[in-house]
Parts: sequence; structure tokens; C-alpha cells
Amino acid sequence: MALTGLEIYKLLPQTNCKECGFPTCLAFAMKLAQKGTELSKCPYVTEETTATLDAAAAPPVRLVKVGDGERAFEVGNEVVLFRHEKTFYHQPGIMLRVRDDDPQLAEKAAAAAAYEVERVGVTLRLDGVVVEQAAGDAAAFAAATAAAAAASDAPLALVADDPKALAAALGGVAGRRPLIGPATAQTWRDVAALAAEHGCPVLVRGDGDLDALAELTASVKGAGVEDIVVDPGAAGAGSLVAATTQLRRLAIKKNVRALGYPLLAWCAGDTVEDAVACATVAIAKYAGIVVVDRLDAALLYPLVTWRLNLYTDPQKPIQVEPRLYEIGAPDADSPLLITTNFSLTYFTVSGEVEGSGVPAWLLVADADGQSVLTGWAAGKFDAEKVAKTVKDSGVGARLNHAKLVIPGHVATLSGEIEEELPDWHVLVGPREAADLPSYLKNVWAAQ
Amino acid sequence: MTIEVPRETWQGAVREVTLGAVGDGGSRTTTVTVGGERSLPFLHFEAPLPHRPVMAAEVSDVYPDDWSPALLETLGEDARDPGAWAARMVDAGAELVALKLRGAHPERQGLGADECVATVRKVLDAVGVPLIVYGPGTPDKDNEVLVAVAEATKGERLALGNCEEKNYRTLVAAALGNGHLVIGQTPIDVNLAKQLNILIGDMGLPLDRVLMDPNTGALGYGIEYTYSVMERLRLAALMGDTMTQQPMISMAGEEAWRQKEARAAEGVPEAWGDLADRGVAWETTTASALLQAGADIVVLRHPRSLAAVGRALDELMKEA
Repeated sequence: MALTGLEIYKLLPQTNCKECGFPTCLAFAMKLAQKGTELSKCPYVTEETTATLDAAAAPPVRLVKVGDGERAFEVGNEVVLFRHEKTFYHQPGIMLRVRDDDPQLAEKAAAAAAYEVERVGVTLRLDGVVVEQAAGDAAAFAAATAAAAAASDAPLALVADDPKALAAALGGVAGRRPLIGPATAQTWRDVAALAAEHGCPVLVRGDGDLDALAELTASVKGAGVEDIVVDPGAAGAGSLVAATTQLRRLAIKKNVRALGYPLLAWCAGDTVEDAVACATVAIAKYAGIVVVDRLDAALLYPLVTWRLNLYTDPQKPIQVEPRLYEIGAPDADSPLLITTNFSLTYFTVSGEVEGSGVPAWLLVADADGQSVLTGWAAGKFDAEKVAKTVKDSGVGARLNHAKLVIPGHVATLSGEIEEELPDWHVLVGPREAADLPSYLKNVWAAQ
Repeated sequence: MTIEVPRETWQGAVREVTLGAVGDGGSRTTTVTVGGERSLPFLHFEAPLPHRPVMAAEVSDVYPDDWSPALLETLGEDARDPGAWAARMVDAGAELVALKLRGAHPERQGLGADECVATVRKVLDAVGVPLIVYGPGTPDKDNEVLVAVAEATKGERLALGNCEEKNYRTLVAAALGNGHLVIGQTPIDVNLAKQLNILIGDMGLPLDRVLMDPNTGALGYGIEYTYSVMERLRLAALMGDTMTQQPMISMAGEEAWRQKEARAAEGVPEAWGDLADRGVAWETTTASALLQAGADIVVLRHPRSLAAVGRALDELMKEA
């Protein structure tokens, strides 16, 4: 929990010596509370005060980096239970599990690292590969880890019940800062020692008992490992939701530091749709790392899309790029519609047009990410803006007609737009996007 | 170290709503009750979940030639016979049938009230589960055909949809007079959803006969808005705001299958994967996400999604 200015003031020397550059200790404290200056500016601050302020400033869910270099990913640092309260900050890593006895291990690791898909101008990827011990032989696990590391530049996680296997495997890949584990009540000493030696994050595995889990993370931390990821040890989606909700609540609302770590969820699944159902829940309910077993684009694409959607900042109206969009395969006779660049407006309109089966040109005006009515009321979507958008797009040259369909909500603009665009004929479309298919099939077709 | 399991104590609860009637004018073999939650979804440690969320299967009265090829291929000839179609989906795990009278749309077959009533009867005869009946989605025609359906099926406790802010009176009156339920649909907004519940309640329809549909954005097409609005509605309900306590229904299937990701087999990146799996996954993801936001009924289209969401619900209903 962040401290208030007054709480910080009580921890300061209260001598108003001005050496920090502020006229009083209170002014300095207020600025500190706003994170506008540094505590180190005060030459007389005690160690105790520093420790208290550091602890208060630490995020309730620790930020943990997995991997090293360009493809490393960070998870944690979350501050809310519901995205509408603020936002979710660090998208969960999605990793592919391969077992050390899988003959296609290297091939799968390479394909996981290479998977990428483009969506709304963003490149979405998988985040890494989990190598899991199945054969039970330390040398085999080390060889499999080396093969996965050679095949993939993405972050790794090494999961073996036998710490000796982890030690054998880590030799060659420690520099890549893999997540290693599981640290359990039985193995944590060895695993934590390895992690401390190599500077790796540790996967701590619980068994459903919160007290035992908190003791375990505290032990691992005591052994010198700060970067911890928690596998709550859930047996299915139901216990996963319960476990992750409890852990997130304890971290955020109760400030239980020993449980304030990113969480890991396993989502196997016998079919694409079973795996997707499990992983959708894990992403929604606070997982920091989601591990899947299937390397199937039909599974991965919806998952990376869901992750992107859920972690979009609800505080900012999301905008789409203002430009001319082609829906279906429009030709010179296809209708031209205009709307604003508020993403929900765009998606609703483009979805309805797409659903109508009528290919169309959709011109998106820059209305500062506002919807049609709000944009119109704010002067961001007026006749001038519409005219400018049409002219700048050069769409006129691509059409056999000069007809522009405007949203029904701004019907009042039609005369003004025709004044600004004397060669164009303005048609008033429906007020609601849901009526677009009918409009395109009937009114437009009759034109 | 002793850590207490963090349980919230909520003041409010979601209303229980029962669809379908066995006897007393109802011809169903089972009824379905949804709602009654006293905690956020699937938190069995906080409060017992009285009713498992329910899967409805969407069935069209006329052949849905505009649906995704991935659906039409799977449904085959059943998509030409709403009775056979409904029965097949019940076999696949649907606990409700959501019949959409699309053929009544003036731009489709423009079917009249009599034909719509006949289709509803046919589906009622084909399955024993309760029915949701949607009009074609245009105000005049919705009122025309749904009033006729409501009168012809008096006592069946159908859920009739959709009531919208500009068009709810006729439908609410028909439900009120004939022992049915209504679904109120509002565009992804907490206050609009609440207001429509108030308007419907003001007409005298008991609120245990009202479902709300806060409108669904599909995966990739605004699902995050729907997700947060549903979460906020459910939180408000649990905090005791009585006008947000209606069980929620989501048209996850319809929205997911409308999108290019669930329709396009060719001319799309390889990283999208195979259409048959991708379409099912798009629908399953949309439904699974919204169940976490508080959906009580998800309306689905593909038998595989229905089966997968059913298995996921089996898991989610297990207490830790």
C-alpha cells in the first residue's frame, strides 16, 4: 500500500533543514507521496525509514522477468482484481510444454518460438517453452533442454521433480535465465540454491494449503531468491479459479507479501476447444503464465487475441487507425460509408458490414477516438472533418460513383457536407450499426 | 503463519428465474432455473452456487444460408428442419433451445404469425427442454410474431426476446398476459441495462420473469467491453442494487460466428489455423470468458463448442 504524504512526514526528521531542496519536510513528504522526488535527497533519513518506504512502494504482486534478452517477458505488478477498476498491466506469458521424451521436442520448441500473428497492427507471439521431465533421467532432461534451447530463442522454463536433473540442465542454459522448478516442501532447498547460484526465477508449487504455500515462498526468498512464480497446484478449472482469486485477493487487499507473486496455470486439454476453454479462464482469472500443450494455430490465435483484449486499458478509448478500410473485396461500384475511429464504433460497424455480405469501403475519420455522437457533439466529427477525410483518402478516384453514406445520428450534417463536397451526394444511413445489413441490401442496392 | 481464506460477504443475490413449465399449461419435461448467485462466478468457497450456468443452442426457423460454412457443414440437413435441429442439439448437451424466427424478417421470407407459431409448436413437440424464442429483430415484425407465439403457447414459460428500450411494451404485455418471460437487451452499458429492467418491472412483470442481455461483443470485437460491463453488473447485483439482479444471457455463438475469424477458410494467414477448429475455438473462448464475467446462459451454435463448454462447466462446478 502506498503511504500518504502525512504518513511519510512522520517518518522524516522533521527538522526543515531544506537540504533536500524543499522548504519543509512536509513539502518534501507530499512530493514523495506523488512520486515526484527521491527519498535519497534527504541526507538525514534513517535506514528504517528507507526500508518502510521501500516496502510500501513495492507492488502487491511482484514483477518477475522470465528469460533474458529481447524475448524476455515480465509478469506481475498487478494492482486490481477487476480491469474496470484501473487496468491489468502485464499480459500473461503463454508457453508451450514439451516433455523431454517427446521425439518432436526440438521441432515443437522451434515452432512455438516462431509462432506469430498480426492483429490490429500488433504482432502477437508465444512467450516460450516449458521443458518438463518425463523420462526421469537427469542426462535425458539436460539433453532435451539443450535441444529446446538450441531450437528456440524464446524464454525457457525447466520443470523437473528431481533437482539433480535441473542442475544438469541448467549448466548449459543458465545464461538465458529460465524459470526453474518446481520448488516443493521436499525440494525447495536444492531448487532455491540452484536459482540463487544462477540468478534464475523459481516456480514454487503449492498443494492447495495457503499457509504451507506462504511458508514455502518465504523459505525460497530466505534462500536468496526474490523472483518467484507460484503454481497453486490446482487440479482443474474450478479449483484454479478459487485458488487464483484467493491469491490475488490476499496479495492486493490483504497485502500478504508471501503470496504476492505471479501465478502459473497448466492448460492441457484433449481437444483444441477444451484447451482453449481452460486457458481462457486462466487468462481471465489472474494467471501470469499459462502453459498449453498443443501447438495448434486454431488454439493459439484465439488465446493471444483474448489476452490482448483483456489487457487493453479501459481508461483510454481505444482507437483504430483513421484510414480507408476494405471490407470484403469492394470494387468501384461498392458503397462508401464513413464513421469515427473509436474502436468499438469501428468494430461494430465493420462487423455489421462484414456480416451483411455486401463488400464496402469504410472510411474512418479521426475523431480523437470518440464515437459518432460524442465526436459530433465535441466538434470532432463535423462536416468539415468528413469532407477533409474524404478528400485526403483519395477514395473518389477509386469509385464509379460519388455517394457517401453517413451515420444516421449525424443526418443533420448532410447539407453541410454537400456544400463542402460539391461533387458528392450524401446518403443518410441507419442510426444503429445493426441496421446496416438491411440498409446495404435494400436502400443501397436500390440506388 | 496463518492465512485466512479471503471471503467477501455480499449483501445481494441474483434473482432466480425459471424457464419452462411442466404441467399447468406447460408441456415441458424439464424446467431450467438460473441465477441465485451470492458470489462471483464459480467461487464455491465463498457461497454455494445454487444453479449451474446453462447452455442454450441457437436454432433458426429457416435455413441460415448466411451462416459460416464451418457451421453449415456440421449441421448438414438438420439446419433445414428446426425440430430435428433442436433435438440434435439437446442430444449434444443443450439444456435450452433458443429458436430465432429469422424467416419472419421482411428481407428474408417475410413469414407471418401463423407460420411462426407452427414452427414454435414443431420445436416444442421435438424437445422437452424449455424454449427461448427470438423475433427476427425488427420492431414491428417482432411484435407481430411474438405476440402470436405468446398467445398460442400460453403457460409454457417461454423466454421472449428481445425487449429493447424503444420497443418493450408490447412484448412485456404479451409475456405478462400469457405466463411467459422476457429478455431485455441493451447496448453494452450498465445504466442502460438497469434502466430497462426498471421499465419492464414498472409494467408489472415480476422480475423473476426477466433475463438481461447486456449485449455481446465477440472475441476480438469488443469482448472486453462486454466482459467489464457484465462484471460490473454482477458486482452491483451482489452489492445489493436490486435493478441489476437479473440473470444474464449472452449470444456468444451468434457474435463469434459472425466474425471473419469464424467464417474465412481461405485467404487468411496460416497463423489463424484451420477454420473448423478456429471457429469452434472462437465461440468457445467467447463463451468461456463471459461465463467468468457472470453469464448465466450462453447461447451457442456449434455442437463441439456446446460439448466443450459443457466439459468446462463440469470442471468449474467442482469444488476445490
